Amino acid sequence: METSNRQITFTPDLFEPVQRSSEDAERITGAPIGFWGDAWRRLKSNRLAITAGGIIILILVLALAGPWLTPYTPYGQVLDRQYQTPSLSGFWFGTDEFGRSMFDRVWVGTRVSLYIAALATAMDIGVGMTYGAISAYYGGKLDNVMQRFVEILVGIPILVVAVLIMLVLKPGILSLSIAIGATGWTSTARLIRGQVLRLKEQEFFLASRSLGAGTYRLIAKHLIPNVFYIVIIALMYTVPTAVFFEAFLSFIGLGIQPPNASLGALINDGAHQMRFYPYLLIFPAAVLVLITINFRLLGDGLRDALDPKMRK
Amino acid sequence: MLKYTLKRLLNAFVVLFIVATATWFLMQFLPGTPIRNAQKLTPEQRAQVEAQYNLDEPLPVQYALYMTDMARGDLGDSYLYGGRPVTSIILERLPVSAFLGTQAVVIGLVVGLLLGIISALKQNSIWDSGAAFLAVLGVSIPDFVLAPLAQYWLALKLGIFPIAFFESWWHSVLPSLVLSTSIAAVVATFTRTEMLEVLGQDYVTLARSKGLSRVAVVVRHVLRNSMIPIVTIMVPLTAALITGTLIVGTVFSVPGIGEQFVRSIFDKDFPVIMGTTMLFAVFFVASYLIQDILYGIIDPRIRVAGPRE
Repeated sequence: METSNRQITFTPDLFEPVQRSSEDAERITGAPIGFWGDAWRRLKSNRLAITAGGIIILILVLALAGPWLTPYTPYGQVLDRQYQTPSLSGFWFGTDEFGRSMFDRVWVGTRVSLYIAALATAMDIGVGMTYGAISAYYGGKLDNVMQRFVEILVGIPILVVAVLIMLVLKPGILSLSIAIGATGWTSTARLIRGQVLRLKEQEFFLASRSLGAGTYRLIAKHLIPNVFYIVIIALMYTVPTAVFFEAFLSFIGLGIQPPNASLGALINDGAHQMRFYPYLLIFPAAVLVLITINFRLLGDGLRDALDPKMRK
Repeated sequence: MLKYTLKRLLNAFVVLFIVATATWFLMQFLPGTPIRNAQKLTPEQRAQVEAQYNLDEPLPVQYALYMTDMARGDLGDSYLYGGRPVTSIILERLPVSAFLGTQAVVIGLVVGLLLGIISALKQNSIWDSGAAFLAVLGVSIPDFVLAPLAQYWLALKLGIFPIAFFESWWHSVLPSLVLSTSIAAVVATFTRTEMLEVLGQDYVTLARSKGLSRVAVVVRHVLRNSMIPIVTIMVPLTAALITGTLIVGTVFSVPGIGEQFVRSIFDKDFPVIMGTTMLFAVFFVASYLIQDILYGIIDPRIRVAGPRE
């Protein structure tokens, strides 16, 4: 305890007046960082989410370019090379009962699955966002009627709606997207409605309104930018659900029909021949699982980055 | 509370009526005729078959007949299986699905709760990351991938379980396990989030500073309050069961209701498709109804305003 006893003598020459001017006080040190910059900074520090994003990009590239990496085609049937086991020198993922290269088929199937998922997600988000925003923005009686309608729709099992749509329309890429999109938009609509209702109560909205902003300006300048990040998060969770659902419908035979491939159709084929040729199931299944896992992880990361308050 | 319950009940019937009507009319758009060998039949035979199933009546009459029969609990006769009543087909297959489903829910709840509690109490530890990883895997691996893989490795290669069919209790274990994975994953994630929220509440700090043991705090204060919102996952659980038994039933050849649904779709057996669709809808609507009523009991604020979000 020596230090506490020591005497410090203060002399004027130890001090120096601070030179300040009113200009300095106003200067901002460091570049200003916007909402997206801030989100990107947070996302970058999340290694799991970045890895997931990288794997998604890799899968996208392979889905687009995969078939060109081999000298084979996904549809060419060569009957003297049936059921080749996967090898590094020959067929990377083996061949199926018609001698088609599984590597090519898996990536073409991934492409179809992701294409359907993208279409379905676009419908889901487009319809859901418009519906939810209109319902919340105009409020009152219209909101009440629109919400009762959604309540009834939510009560109908998704599976039933999707199966019926697939039965009535011809199975194909567009009908699959419609079936998936038609069943998913209600939750997006509820999400957007909740957010718009909350925004409507906030001061900046009231301020803009009292300054005379019209409907168009309020929606374009205040609502859409503030809802946008929610849409991005919803997107990340909708894509894997759509991939999942497409695979499910194709698995029970209501989706993509042979000889076309999708992940679900390939998994269905593989499951039937799994006993002798397990690789026919394992490769498409692995790609499907990788897609769903990584979209979810990236979605979690984006949620944390874009909306730190929601962090769990 | 009574008024609220009645309102929800009315809503449920409206939903069921809409499902029934929409499904019935959509069926009329389906391509093909339900009569087998239609070309080979003489006009008289054809008329006889059509008369048997009321197909000779105009559409609105057919619809009215079907709806009144359904209100009486008669779902019509199957086009296949020698005109067996749809209700008897459903009653034969429902117990199998119900048994599989209940067993799966019990396994899923127990495993999910354990995983969730462990990861919440040991937040940010290796246990937490491990449980989180398992939960992501459980949600991301669909049943139609897991079921064939489990069948291949656990049944065929290792021979622990029977490969397929439904002859003894042992036959039900593997399908139930496959079904339970997604349930366990959802329950685990949910329990963790809820518990972490409750653990941060003031009354938990108070209970601790009062000198209660850790176990007592967790069991009496944290768990009890985290369990309330578990009601929220009732509907996803039911939905998972409906779609789940469908896949698992098809892969493991379990004579459940889901397997019948898939089969009827390919057989174009409209009365059976219609009947099973209505059964699924009733399940679904009932689970929503129970959830809403439970909410009303648990959280008095909801009774007045109705559930939000």
